[in-house]
Amino acid sequence: MAGQSDSELSLFSAEELEFTAEDEIVEIVPNLKMPPLNLISGDFGPFTPQIVTKVPLWLAVALKKRGKCSICPPQWMSLEKLTQVLEAERDSQEMSEQLPFHYVEISRLLFEHARDNIPDVYMVRSLIEDIRDVRFHKVETDLEAFSGRTIAVKIKNLSAMEVNIVRPFIGRALQAFYKHDSPDLIPDPERVSDSRPQVVNNAPRVCLSIYKPGFIFCATKNIF
Amino acid sequence: MASKSNAVEEEELTLPTDEYEALISTTDVELLKRAWRNEKSAPEILRFESDLINRVTEQIQLMEETVEENSTDDADPLSLSLYQMDLDRTLFLLRSYLRVRIQKIEKYMFHIRKTEELWSRLSKEEKKFTRGKGYLLQCTDDLKKHVEENVLSRLPENYQSVLKQSVISEEDDMVPEPQLDTFVLCRSKEYLTGIQLEDGPVDDRQFPYSCINLFLSSQK
Repeated sequence: MAGQSDSELSLFSAEELEFTAEDEIVEIVPNLKMPPLNLISGDFGPFTPQIVTKVPLWLAVALKKRGKCSICPPQWMSLEKLTQVLEAERDSQEMSEQLPFHYVEISRLLFEHARDNIPDVYMVRSLIEDIRDVRFHKVETDLEAFSGRTIAVKIKNLSAMEVNIVRPFIGRALQAFYKHDSPDLIPDPERVSDSRPQVVNNAPRVCLSIYKPGFIFCATKNIF
Repeated sequence: MASKSNAVEEEELTLPTDEYEALISTTDVELLKRAWRNEKSAPEILRFESDLINRVTEQIQLMEETVEENSTDDADPLSLSLYQMDLDRTLFLLRSYLRVRIQKIEKYMFHIRKTEELWSRLSKEEKKFTRGKGYLLQCTDDLKKHVEENVLSRLPENYQSVLKQSVISEEDDMVPEPQLDTFVLCRSKEYLTGIQLEDGPVDDRQFPYSCINLFLSSQK
């Protein structure tokens, strides 16, 4: 079962998230000539020296490891852009939507395999770490607002890694809150002798945490 | 219980038509990834994506043959290794998808077997796995026999059923069932309006239409 996450703890392991992120498309500048690749996951190439081409990240990393290309860092990984994002993140309690869904994984992979292709790599790295911290702190603050009456959790623009970290917690916390907050679910001797039919709450409880348009998260809970 | 919840889901979340068109332009690997994500996230077993799995398996076989053929010639070792990587990635997805299903099947074996709806979601091979005469001989029957021989037969007469706590139980209360009454995190692809919250439809705020794909595709 190598590489497979324990379904009980967290749905996706960090490796599985990285695996998903490796399908994101990046631009590379190859330095070799190679005919197009007709892969199961799509057709890429042809590769001609000095001609920019788009490939999935895993392919880019594989070529880079063999010294066959340089990876063009995505636009959002520039000092200027990241400084801007960090400021935006600090200024507001809202999560900014300027970073891609897999920004944590993509930047990690690029730092590991393509450091020499990223201008100002140390600054970029520390900026991304700062952004991560600020964002995660916001998520944590948002979570403080939970109560037994919480039916909707709405956190905009969460990234894949952030969602994955809070998912088990949110799920279980809501579950626990819900359980302790609904007297119908807890057998109560007085209530039973009362023998009045309990009003069954059968409306679906939906809680939403929202990523940017096009990528939204929501959690649903059905009460029968 | 399950059917009730599903009905609610379906009413609210009908699949928009452009969703269908988007599906056509996506590669099978992308679809497999989606199926894998859904299967991992859903508490219960979803419908087996037989067409998709057949297509992917075919592509994998084809690719394996191509790689095999080329490895004997003096083909470019670099592109060969890239093909191999692509193949490995697809294989990982496929295996993980099948394993997640097997895990669920093993966990809820009795429940799935007695629920027509769930039973129909399994693939032919999975049905064999739980009840077949195939390689894993009659999984449920064996488990039942094993539990009966080793434990239940030594218990007082009233407590000997695999499915029930005791003879006074009206329902099969010893059968593990997936917890449907739970929170699931979903990812939406388009704007979605009017998700039903507890107190009625959400006002005119636009909620992107969500993933709930898994409810849609599996529970028709």
